[in-house]
Amino acid sequence: MEWRDEGALLSMRRHGESSAIIEVFTAAHGRHAGVVRGGASRRSAPILQPGAQLAVNWRARLDDHIGAYTVEPLRSRAGLMADRLALAGLNAICAMIRVALPEREPHLHLWHMTMALLDALEAPGWPPHYLRWEMLLLDEIGFGLDLSTCAVTGSREDLAYVSPKTGRAISAEAAGDWAPRLFPLPPVLLGQGPATQTELAQGLAITGHFLTRELAHARNDRGLPEARARLLDLLSRP
Amino acid sequence: MAEAPGDIEQLIDLMARLPGLGPRSARRAVLLMLKKRGAVMAPLATVMAQVAVSARDCARCGNITNSELCEICRDERRATGELCVVEDVADLWALERGGAFKGRYHVLGGTLSALDAVGPDELRIPRLVERVAEEGITEVILALNATVDGQTTAHYIADVLTASGVSLTSLAQGVPIGGELDYLDDGTIGAALRARKRF
Repeated sequence: MEWRDEGALLSMRRHGESSAIIEVFTAAHGRHAGVVRGGASRRSAPILQPGAQLAVNWRARLDDHIGAYTVEPLRSRAGLMADRLALAGLNAICAMIRVALPEREPHLHLWHMTMALLDALEAPGWPPHYLRWEMLLLDEIGFGLDLSTCAVTGSREDLAYVSPKTGRAISAEAAGDWAPRLFPLPPVLLGQGPATQTELAQGLAITGHFLTRELAHARNDRGLPEARARLLDLLSRP
Repeated sequence: MAEAPGDIEQLIDLMARLPGLGPRSARRAVLLMLKKRGAVMAPLATVMAQVAVSARDCARCGNITNSELCEICRDERRATGELCVVEDVADLWALERGGAFKGRYHVLGGTLSALDAVGPDELRIPRLVERVAEEGITEVILALNATVDGQTTAHYIADVLTASGVSLTSLAQGVPIGGELDYLDDGTIGAALRARKRF
């Protein structure tokens, strides 16, 4: 078995004395692990950093073997290390892909969006992109939010809340006395207007709620990764 | 093939777990020790037994020592107000080999890692905050590895120490001595360009 692909490195773990096991989010093969011989060497260290864009060649005798990667660097994300917020964003993206996506299942649209988001981290103003990326992640794991119409009245107007049960939008009129039990729907989730800090926090609270719920079984109720909590903490600061 | 007796085989197995040694090189090392039993093996066994009992972490900085405080923490001349934060003892020893730093150290014992579930409480970060408050520290030098985990940890420590008002610095990143640009990775070249200085 052999294939070539391109992807972003999600994690690297030493294997034995000189090798490493890496996980790469590839375009056509999804989240895929493999051994890199000599991957723990000093020469490979700058290449095998989370977020690095790599051209990978994977070989194994059988498809269900872990297989061996040979990697070539395409793009380093080392420039993000000096930026506290961007580095937290990078860590959150890698951690969320690792916990949310099953292995060896392609998610081409998410892959394209992830590459674009990783590129966006290099300039300010990327947090709304991260929020939209989390919405897409929810979509890809089978629980996309439906914010097009009110779940009660079918109206497209005055959408103000999100149901924590169904993930569907609710209009202000239909919410009535139930409003305190619903998530406020920030306009940024509807693609309207620039996201304020409060709107961003509201949006991430919604995606966080559904991601936690959908991944609870796979994660043994351990919640979402610490890297995401750290990003949210930094985003909440003035 | 005839096997070595059980206890010697066990010694080879243990030696083979050490970094830099595999089963073959461990076998060669054990054979050499057996040949030079009096000159190498017995003294080595004695010293290893002593170190196994006496070695401990310095109560202040986390360096390896054989008393309550390590030599650096006991030396009053090193109370310069500068505190160099490193990931592990190997990094501390590397900086000491250079001889350029005359202050004291703080060994974290690792870096924050989502992959290995290492959080701030698993590291010596709370103790670092105490030391900054207690020891009149004026500058904290974040000498952590230029990796994603190392720099994530550096940013976290910077956050935690901001309120203390201490000056925070980090090691420069760029072209190593003897390095050729053609052989450097893109990230290092980018960091070197960003940190360029007036010539």
